[in-house]
Amino acid sequence: MTDNAVSPELMDVFYRRLFPYKSIFHWLNHAPTPEDYFTKREIAFNLPNDVMLRYRSYLDVDEFKNEVCKLAPTRFEIGPVYTSRPRDKKTARQGTFNPVARELVFDIDMTDYDPIRTCCSSAEICKRCWAFIAAAVRILDEAIRDQFGYEHLLWVYSGRRGIHLWISDPEAMVLTDEQRKAIVNWLSVVQKDESKRPNIRFGSRPLPASLKPALDHLAYVFADLILVDQDCFLSEKGSEALLRLIPDTRIVETLRNDWAGESSGSAAKWQAFKAQIKTYKKDSSARAQLIAAMEDIILQYTYPRLDENVSKKRNHLLKAPFCVHPKTGRICVPVDPKTIKTFDPESVPTVAQLIAELDNDTDSQHHSDWERTSLKPYVEMLDKHNQRIMDHERKIRRGAEDMTW
Amino acid sequence: MYKVEDRGSGSDEVKLHGPRYPYRLNFYDTPPLYDVTIEAFESAALNRLRVLAEIESSAARDRKWDETKTVIIAQCEKYLPLKSAGALNVDLDEQRRTDQLGHFVLRLAFCRSEELRRRFVKAETTLFKIRYETDDSVERQKFLGSRNFNWVAVGDQEKAEHQQSLLTYYNTKNDDFAREKYFKVRWTRVPDLVDRRRVFLKGGWAYVPGKEQSSIIYQEFETHLEKDLMVTARYMPRLDEDTRLKGVLDNLSQGFLAGVSSEWNSSPMDANVQGIKAEMVDELAAKHFPMCMRNSHQKLRADHRLNHFGRLQYGLFLKVLGLSIEEAIVFWRKSFDRITDDTFNKMYKYNIRHSYGLEGKRANYPAKTCQQILTSGGDPGCPYRHFSVDNLRSALVSAYGLSSADLHDVMNQVKNNHFHVACTRVYEITHASSGVKRGDGVGSGESVTHPNQYAAKSMELEKAKEEKAAAMVP
Repeated sequence: MTDNAVSPELMDVFYRRLFPYKSIFHWLNHAPTPEDYFTKREIAFNLPNDVMLRYRSYLDVDEFKNEVCKLAPTRFEIGPVYTSRPRDKKTARQGTFNPVARELVFDIDMTDYDPIRTCCSSAEICKRCWAFIAAAVRILDEAIRDQFGYEHLLWVYSGRRGIHLWISDPEAMVLTDEQRKAIVNWLSVVQKDESKRPNIRFGSRPLPASLKPALDHLAYVFADLILVDQDCFLSEKGSEALLRLIPDTRIVETLRNDWAGESSGSAAKWQAFKAQIKTYKKDSSARAQLIAAMEDIILQYTYPRLDENVSKKRNHLLKAPFCVHPKTGRICVPVDPKTIKTFDPESVPTVAQLIAELDNDTDSQHHSDWERTSLKPYVEMLDKHNQRIMDHERKIRRGAEDMTW
Repeated sequence: MYKVEDRGSGSDEVKLHGPRYPYRLNFYDTPPLYDVTIEAFESAALNRLRVLAEIESSAARDRKWDETKTVIIAQCEKYLPLKSAGALNVDLDEQRRTDQLGHFVLRLAFCRSEELRRRFVKAETTLFKIRYETDDSVERQKFLGSRNFNWVAVGDQEKAEHQQSLLTYYNTKNDDFAREKYFKVRWTRVPDLVDRRRVFLKGGWAYVPGKEQSSIIYQEFETHLEKDLMVTARYMPRLDEDTRLKGVLDNLSQGFLAGVSSEWNSSPMDANVQGIKAEMVDELAAKHFPMCMRNSHQKLRADHRLNHFGRLQYGLFLKVLGLSIEEAIVFWRKSFDRITDDTFNKMYKYNIRHSYGLEGKRANYPAKTCQQILTSGGDPGCPYRHFSVDNLRSALVSAYGLSSADLHDVMNQVKNNHFHVACTRVYEITHASSGVKRGDGVGSGESVTHPNQYAAKSMELEKAKEEKAAAMVP
């Protein structure tokens, strides 16, 4: 990943010929012609010399495109829809310029998995750690659709080591900061302090219904990813972390003695733990407690870890889809949650690759340039998504749906 | 006379509204549409503000819900009585009218900035919660019936379908489950339940059991008020033209900063503080004065002078404390021991007599309240607000010998701009030996809002202690 992965010349061509302005416009605007959701929307640019240009806004897609081409930012971010046009912010009366709407967004970043992943650390990501992201996407996607009833979810690869989720449902757009915080806390299970078990139970009652389906799926993920692939409990540090989460001192001591000096794999250690649980009688409260602990540990190691601050505030900026990641040169492309497991970050086109494709292709002149590159399927994915948003919006405007809750 | 009808909602509502207030609880849908004097306008708001300020300081002091409730109920009793329908010999309509008026005046005062709106909504919602919890259950049910809360009852079949899921959230036994009624609302209506993962969600609907109904109502109250405040804010520029109200409203919005002063102003001679002599002031200052007055006193002793505002602030405080005019002249004469009698008589005596209402327009000037001291430019000002952090720290240690844990506690309040809470905390710490506990404040949980209140309560405590000691000795 050299610096010329994103040279100014490449960026210039990319913004002029490849960036799908129209799709982004439709996606933000929820309608074919400019509305408040676009014209009062903040766009913030990160310029090459580390300058941040905030509170830009545009009347239509052409103006937007011209400015992007002129500024040639390293990337740009999308903010909320305000009460008035962000570019007129300075002329707005004090206290009357406020965010009113924005997509509900989530950010999952591999760095939050550093305490548990064994293959890479910090900025690196490999095919193996992608399994964590894949599990997180599946759980969140299901939970949000099933529990919150949202339909317009767009998952976007962040270009390096994470993934973003943008939710454009009408109700999600207008959530207050308090409601956003509530949904984040609903979806946060792993505690900041890694040595504490998730705080999800009320007394001795079973796992809350919202987490039951997640657990059923994550138990499989745990067996494959944590016990075998990542082998999280192999090292002494790893097995100590596991022991800290077991609430029964007798079992902890037994296991610690058994494991001392011996380097059995995670699967064997997990089996040993399970065998210890069986030393308590069926239906005894001690056993019930340990089974609860076991479930908690599975969640601790596999449940999605959210970057909470991104989601909690309406006015948080988040990098726009189809931007170029400045370090890797990869495009932030939409991802289909159904095929997330087989998604390979390394196969995402880079800006250099796209432009090479463009140069090699001498075919017809009739199509948009992006249609002649490997960007095509991704842009089409966004366009389909936009179509669904616009259909939904149109229905509401016709009053076909009763929205009087 | 001022007509509160600046809401853009036509006057045809007057007929609908009528003079009656059928419920104790109020969502404040309709503004007061009648003439009211400036005095009533201000006093209704001030009384309400006292209660709201106490709610704020309860939150700042981390009081538990039950404690807060007790304190606020006591405060409401005093300033904002609102009886239930069963109460005898009470003009219910009048109480409810004042409640409504105070609320709407404060809306005008607090709609001006995001920060004020947020704090106002929080305090008002807390007040509503307390009233809701203490409301008579029959009346409450009637009130709930009077509004459409947009909830959907969950049918038996649907309930049975989700039984297992519902049971993982709510602590009900199986036979209770059969009886429990569930309501469905959009999840956005109950963010607090979602936040704590305390509700069953399906397709964006929250299944709320009857006993959690209040959650929906509080939320409704909050969003309703938030929305209304935004509307009021937009109309404000038109109201600002009314010069009679601007001063009153500006003054009110200061109230959250300093709390609202209690009535110490016009009753100089309290029963327990008769006849303070000039020579007693040194001892009293060390034992009973709040930080600001102690600071003035020390400065006076160290420099043998005090600037004009210092003399005014401290002098009025001493007057209200019970120092007579004769004693006051002795006190100040002795304090300014580096000047001649002639200079004293010429330059200071008049001012002292003036502040006792014996010269000039002969007004009985009240002592400065915390609010006035806090919002003055400083010098002398309030040490908690106007001192630098380091200076305050060392002053606290040298004046009261605070332990580092207590000091940390106090400084934390200062850092969060809860100056009167910091002062109250110091009162609690320094009076621990008289049995004052954390959260007691200057009696029944009240916060410090006036330097004289601080000093008088402190002296009362000592007197009680002495009497008790005297009673022990036969």
